[in-house]
Amino acid sequence: MKILTLLSLFSTFLTTNSNTIEDNVGQFFSSGHTNNWAVLVCTSRFWFNYRHVANTLSVYRSVKRLGIPDSHIVLMLADDMACNHRNPKPATVFSHKNMELNVYGDDVEVDYRGYEVTVENFLRVLTGRLPPSTPRSKRLLSDDRSNILIYLTGHGGNGFLKFQDSEEISNVELADAFEQMWQKRRYNELLFIIDTCQGASMYERFYSPNLMALASSQVGEDSLSHQPDLAIGVHLMDRYTFYLLEFLEDIHPASKTNMNDLFKVCPKSQCVSTPGHRTDLFLRDPGSVLITDFFGSVRKVELTMETINLTDPIKEVEQSAVNGELQKETYSYVDQLPVSEIIHQKPKQKDWHPPDGFILGLWTLILLVFFKTYGVKHLKHIF
Amino acid sequence: GPVCSVLSDNMGLLSDPNRRQALISLLTRLNAPICVVCYMAGVAWFMGLAFEPFTLRTYMSENAMGSTMVEERFPAGERALATGREFAAHKKKAGGMPVDWLVKTMQARGLEVFTQRFSRTLPFPDENKERYMVKGTNVYGILRAPRAPRTEALVLTAPCSPGDNNQAVGLLLGLAQYFRNQIYWAKDIIFLVNEHDLIGMQAWLEGYHHTNTTGMDWSPLQGRGGSIQAALSLELSSDVITSLDLVLEGLNGQLPNLDLANLFYAFCQKIGVLCTIQGKLQRNDWDSVAGYSHSVQTMMLMVMKQASGRPWGDHGLFLRYHIEAATIKGINSFRQYKTDATTIGRLLEGMYRKLNNLLERLHQSYFFYLMPSLSHFVSIGYYMPAFGLLAVILLLRALDLWVQLVTPPPRTEDGIVDAEQVSSPGVLSVLTPLVISHLTGVALYTLPIQFQEMAVEHFPVSETEAVVLTAIAVYTAGLALPHNTHR
Repeated sequence: MKILTLLSLFSTFLTTNSNTIEDNVGQFFSSGHTNNWAVLVCTSRFWFNYRHVANTLSVYRSVKRLGIPDSHIVLMLADDMACNHRNPKPATVFSHKNMELNVYGDDVEVDYRGYEVTVENFLRVLTGRLPPSTPRSKRLLSDDRSNILIYLTGHGGNGFLKFQDSEEISNVELADAFEQMWQKRRYNELLFIIDTCQGASMYERFYSPNLMALASSQVGEDSLSHQPDLAIGVHLMDRYTFYLLEFLEDIHPASKTNMNDLFKVCPKSQCVSTPGHRTDLFLRDPGSVLITDFFGSVRKVELTMETINLTDPIKEVEQSAVNGELQKETYSYVDQLPVSEIIHQKPKQKDWHPPDGFILGLWTLILLVFFKTYGVKHLKHIF
Repeated sequence: GPVCSVLSDNMGLLSDPNRRQALISLLTRLNAPICVVCYMAGVAWFMGLAFEPFTLRTYMSENAMGSTMVEERFPAGERALATGREFAAHKKKAGGMPVDWLVKTMQARGLEVFTQRFSRTLPFPDENKERYMVKGTNVYGILRAPRAPRTEALVLTAPCSPGDNNQAVGLLLGLAQYFRNQIYWAKDIIFLVNEHDLIGMQAWLEGYHHTNTTGMDWSPLQGRGGSIQAALSLELSSDVITSLDLVLEGLNGQLPNLDLANLFYAFCQKIGVLCTIQGKLQRNDWDSVAGYSHSVQTMMLMVMKQASGRPWGDHGLFLRYHIEAATIKGINSFRQYKTDATTIGRLLEGMYRKLNNLLERLHQSYFFYLMPSLSHFVSIGYYMPAFGLLAVILLLRALDLWVQLVTPPPRTEDGIVDAEQVSSPGVLSVLTPLVISHLTGVALYTLPIQFQEMAVEHFPVSETEAVVLTAIAVYTAGLALPHNTHR
């Protein structure tokens, strides 16, 4: 008797276990990406914009630490702060005062440097339209299974970002570039972070799917710098990226922190500006998106003693409906979002029909004029 | 009929004859009162500029200079004063500029040292030594920026005057030694000690820029930095300093960019040194009469110093070359609060560190301004309307005269039209005063200098008196001309 119950328990245990194994394997591919890329851009030059280079280098450092290799990072720095004549500590770029953290290090690989950081080069990197002679280190060789992190910092305004004191990129151009990337199957999911004044204006015009965006300040607000270092004589970092760096320092490759925690980085009490984010174009729930999906390159390793049947197609884990809402379908490239939803983010205006009474009144008027000119006696032919 | 009146109603103010006539009669009738009102308004406007709510606080306009966030670490104030005493001793021994000692000291501090000889023939003899020829030597050392190309430079200068400027030279040499040990200089720094104040400075500037405007004789400069972005001149005459005075007025009343004054004031506040302008310390009680008159005095002193046209410090000669420069004078007014040389060295270090960050010449802030105090300024856009009102008076008077000339003479009272034609003036009667006035002008321009020697020979006057007396003589002769006293 006891053996029977034990056997039945054991068999149920086995079956449940095998179910969980299949579920686990299904979870392996829940995010849909197989490789990670990062495009990190600093758009300002001059010594007093030291903090923008430090911003970019600190994100570079975090991204490298979490596993994305240099071959998958396109780093664009508009000026060389480490070797600037005014740097009292040459070959260093510090992010914390009292020279606590040197984000320049000795293994930085800058792909676009100095005057090569232009709007044209940036858009060409994103869209892949580079001349054939461009070296591989300067290309974004992403495919339809790549998760890309794009980080921009510099001086910006309402709807534009200034490159190098001589040109600007507008939010419309950026949105169109992302649409080109979507149509050319150059990304699976894309995380866009911008740390400039009025940064939220840069993601207002996005319309391609699978984009998530974060900005350090809303339209009409300035992003503020953090702390000056008195020995170097400049501000070292911007506030948003400083607290982002602190947040990322706690992330390790196996951490399960998700995007909702990233949205909470640098509240108004610390940042003075109000950070913003946009997730309506993103088709997964942000709570299920791991930080390491974008900031790291994680190769998932699981040990199991069970045999797993891989011949059946792996069902993706169904996302539990929240509040009973319909779950969004994940789109493959062929079945894109309907065109009308892409282009018309606002509700589409219906064609205008004149009110019905108008036509009736118009015909009445025509008839009355006809009979006034030609005589009333014809009227009786109508009625 | 009705069409004509419609036309005249639509015509403009000045093209409608009736309205124009009304305007002109208004002008001639009320000319004097309007002029008086304009004059008083202009003067009141100008005086009102010193009232603090009407001024703007100074602020740093140049992005590259930012705020005063550097850490000054200059340590060697006492050693600088000792060097100054050594300089004084050598100066006394040499009876002028101790060139060899300066060259040796600057070389010991790691600068590239060069000298320049100059000589100048004065139009009038020197007051002290009754000679016409002034000879001297400038000594300057260049601190090369360790990593930067030699395209830009900053200048720190202390005049070697026979009076008392030894502490400034000592501080200059102390700063040179400290700056030499830093690696963050992006521009060359030139440390200049010039002899005979303005004459030596002019010789150096002419040699540096290869211009020759004064006809001076100087030896060409062997060493050169790039184009000079900014310059500061130091005048310290005692070991103990209680306040620092900023002198801005230069040659022909030119002023440096306001950002230089803003930089000085910002560092004064950061380091906590008492700073003055026109030798007057800023007051807090702007709403009292005494406070207001203090501001007015400061502003009017600045106006008068500019009006005099002479440079009030060695910096004044730099301005012509579009180099922003100012003079910092240390004053000992025997207050309780004293500043030591190390603090002044730190202030200068901070200023130079910020100037080092410049990428372009100072141009973001104003070039024309008045300062009723060191923290407030009035830009040209605010003080020009006062002069505009005064100029309007001239315009009104001219219009009035013109109208009077144009309108025909009024009818006589008994109705008889004055039938006499006003005879048009003959060419000769117009030409003669014209020619005479031009000749008088030429005489006033050329005769005083030319007759100076003759006057000194024959009359017991000095050279300067001879010039003035010749001019007065020409005026007096002009009084005797018939046309001047005619009618």
